[in-house]
Amino acid sequence: MSLVLNFWLRVTALFSGFGEQFRAMNKWQRYSAYGLGVVALYLLPYWPDVPVLGQIVNTPGSQFETVLNDQVVIFVLIALGLNVVVGIAGLLDLGYVGFYAVGAYVTAILTSAHGNLPWLLALPIAVVISMLFGLILGTPTLRLRGDYLAIVTLGFGEIIRLTAKNMDWLGASRGISNIKKPPSMFGLKFGVLDAKPYFYLGLTMVFIVIFILHRLEYSRVGRAWVAIREDEDAAELMGVNTFKFKLWAFTIGAGIGGLAGVHYAGKVGFINPDNFPLQLSILFLAAVVLGGSGNMYGAILGGILVAYMPERLRNFSDKRILVFGIVLVLMMVFRPEGILPKRVGNEHKKRRAKSQEGEVAS
Amino acid sequence: MSEVLLDFNNVTMQFGGVTALNEVSLQIKQGEILGLIGPNGAGKTTCFNVMTGVYAPTLGTVSFEGKNLAKLKRFEITKVGIARTFQNIRLFSEMTALENVMVGADARKKASVGGAILRTSRQRHEEKESRERSMELLQFMGISDRAETAARNLPYGYQRRLEIARALATEPKLLCLDEPAAGFNPAEKEELNELILKIREQGYTVLLIEHDMNVVMKVSDRVAVLDFGQKIADGLPADVRNNPAVIAAYLGVEDNAS
Amino acid sequence: MPDWLIIRTFWELTVTGLALGSIYALVALGYTLVYGVLRLINFAHSEIFMVGTFGALLASSQFLSIPLLEDGNYPYRTGMTLIIFLVFIMLIAMLFSGIGAVVLERVAYRPLRGNGDAFGAIVLAFLTTFIVSLVFVDQAKINVIIALLATAPISYAYMRFFKQGRKAPRLAFLISAIGASTAISEAVGVWSKHGRDQYQTPRLLEKKTLFTMFGTDVRIDYAIVIVGALLMMTALTLFVNKTRLGRGVRAVAQDAETSRILGVNVDLIIIVTFALGGVMAGGAAMLFTLVYDQTRFNIGFILGVKSFTAAVLGGIGNLKGALLGGLLLGLVENYGSAIFGGQWKDVIAFVVLLVVLMFRPTGLLGESLGKARV
Repeated sequence: MSLVLNFWLRVTALFSGFGEQFRAMNKWQRYSAYGLGVVALYLLPYWPDVPVLGQIVNTPGSQFETVLNDQVVIFVLIALGLNVVVGIAGLLDLGYVGFYAVGAYVTAILTSAHGNLPWLLALPIAVVISMLFGLILGTPTLRLRGDYLAIVTLGFGEIIRLTAKNMDWLGASRGISNIKKPPSMFGLKFGVLDAKPYFYLGLTMVFIVIFILHRLEYSRVGRAWVAIREDEDAAELMGVNTFKFKLWAFTIGAGIGGLAGVHYAGKVGFINPDNFPLQLSILFLAAVVLGGSGNMYGAILGGILVAYMPERLRNFSDKRILVFGIVLVLMMVFRPEGILPKRVGNEHKKRRAKSQEGEVAS
Repeated sequence: MSEVLLDFNNVTMQFGGVTALNEVSLQIKQGEILGLIGPNGAGKTTCFNVMTGVYAPTLGTVSFEGKNLAKLKRFEITKVGIARTFQNIRLFSEMTALENVMVGADARKKASVGGAILRTSRQRHEEKESRERSMELLQFMGISDRAETAARNLPYGYQRRLEIARALATEPKLLCLDEPAAGFNPAEKEELNELILKIREQGYTVLLIEHDMNVVMKVSDRVAVLDFGQKIADGLPADVRNNPAVIAAYLGVEDNAS
Repeated sequence: MPDWLIIRTFWELTVTGLALGSIYALVALGYTLVYGVLRLINFAHSEIFMVGTFGALLASSQFLSIPLLEDGNYPYRTGMTLIIFLVFIMLIAMLFSGIGAVVLERVAYRPLRGNGDAFGAIVLAFLTTFIVSLVFVDQAKINVIIALLATAPISYAYMRFFKQGRKAPRLAFLISAIGASTAISEAVGVWSKHGRDQYQTPRLLEKKTLFTMFGTDVRIDYAIVIVGALLMMTALTLFVNKTRLGRGVRAVAQDAETSRILGVNVDLIIIVTFALGGVMAGGAAMLFTLVYDQTRFNIGFILGVKSFTAAVLGGIGNLKGALLGGLLLGLVENYGSAIFGGQWKDVIAFVVLLVVLMFRPTGLLGESLGKARV
């Protein structure tokens, strides 16, 4: 085995070994570990002040907490949403940026361009409208075979951008400015300079989304999704209403994409069609696949890597898309399951038995 | 005479110019084990696929307890009470054995996205029920020791039995087994025979498509024979075995094959 | 607008629509061929087209040293010289695209089929070391030297990995394709002479009216595009239907496994398929530069999406479908943008695709190579 492959295996072993130990802990130990982890994450903006650690994590050239919020949190949210669609239900969505744009634009319209709603009220409306877009796009297209879905969603992402660009009502190429910021809450003031409050808000959104998705994944719905991904025909013949569950996956994914858009719009206060190029969809997909398509925590890791690495490694910023392209190919060749592969079996039960008996030829 | 569960009425199935089934009439009665045999390419699997809604028949009707199946979607046919296994195993390979069976059990459940997010009491109840029922079925099929193993890592015999467990989990009235003994050795076939009889004892009606004459003749109450898309015999195993047309069909095929 | 003007515009739109549609159709052939044989959306095919346009640019401006002059002072050629030049440029574009397509297959797809070879291993090893070295230094020459030095041992390791013959899931192919597509276009965007800027291609043909039909002037470049595309498509159809390799392509498209058992060299057929698609894209690329006189690193993306749309529209896997879909899409886009405005052109194309798929899920002519599944 080569150095590189060996390294990969080590990294994975590290993660799985971690999981093993974690599962061995009792309930209280586990909860306190969770608690510590959560606190550490909320303290992330202060990590650069810690000696040594700060040297490692800090981003040269851009403010660390801005990177955390504008890049990392947004990408993690989106990777979580896209993972439901692509990773769990196996529906290839190449136009995910469209839902992100819908979320951002609805917020902009309601709070600035054509309305005066507070951001907090625009949030649920924008998420619901994003889900509606998912429903509208999914209803005709989810009956199509997977490959067609890819091209139709790709078209959708582009239609959204072009519509925004060409309609004066949507601000055309100028975009929409003066989008309202989230209201002050829990002593947090959402201003222009300090990105920390936005990060706390975004991180909270991430936790809520994880909570919801976790519940879905380990339920009848999650099983139906995986069954559809594994063998759609067989799933249908086992009584799974495949169309309905595909539509749900699509709609929920759209809602989360929209949520990310709302958060983005509230933070930057100004959006235009150039914020939502089709290439972003590719980066989103790269995040999910890189981290581990089908595994929520893999998708999160992928989101973090894709968003954070280019900021950390500033010296090839103009080549970052190029590098992601090559990494995607390499990843698919050598490790199509991603850095953190999906887990088989229920989390409460023992990890999948080490398959010494060898794979059965299928 | 017990009542007819599934009625295959003059079914013709054509693909392009090829007639796979030609005016086949077949009845499956409540509580019986019907063996469906025939040489390769005789139309057995097509028969199966029409029954489970994979294909809509070109002509004729298939009705189940008097309901016409043609109008139902595939998943609705499962809910009406027909379940099947696949000749070439089609498990959800990235799911555990238990989860595979639970997908089947979920067919009878209602809780959806809302229930799952809110963990309503109904959802929790259904989840528990699914899990327990699936575990029982794994035990019934004798494979519960590998409940947490990914389906793709199960040995072949386990995979075959897991397919049956998954189908049973949908609480069917009619269980269709598509060559369940394929790739089994004689001892395993013997076990399978017992299993099929046990399944019938539980009150299921079984349709068995099998290549292996011994299996079919031993467990079936009644045997129907297809050849070139037509039914050429239908009766007690002993009668069918001695039917000249059946012997000719099987011998003829062997001649062609050589 | 008076009636005669609308009619006149109509025919004018028809001619330009057919020319654009011919280019779509040629590129669509590549998608359809690969899809027919591998059931794979060769997402990177758009970049194969882009590489072809740069091949054409290189052929005309470097190999033929045709100067790039602006303000009407074009280096026009006429007669035999023009024909020879055009054919030469087209051949070079086809060569670029054809080689590009074959390399793409070897590097980004073949290893995923559990069938990787030394060539793929070497290229992938080079790419690996290259991006790893980028993290530390960002100077193309140094990166290349470092990468070359480390390529040998790593490609050896990759070869050993390939020996395991691991097959990737279906989704992995598409994602690899997306990755390759991004990498190719970005590589041109980063390292070509003018980077991400637009390139003018020399115009060596005076774009005058060739003949008049229905009161519309048919410009010579449009005529060349339409006729050239039809000729190439006829050649392709003959190749697929009449030659031994062509029969192989059709056999593998119908059933790869059986073909393999029957002694067809499936890997060779796949290479041929990619090469054919690449050559068609190269031809399309040259015709494209003939009409539009320009190219850019990201020119393939939208054109590729449209061409794929055309292939789906006609029925993917179906050669006639690609032609029909391409022409139809070109026309619909042109008429549509005349009615709704040019900025809605791309939107119209996708809406048409959606509507067609809703009513005919396998495209207008059906998937000739598709099979009933289950």
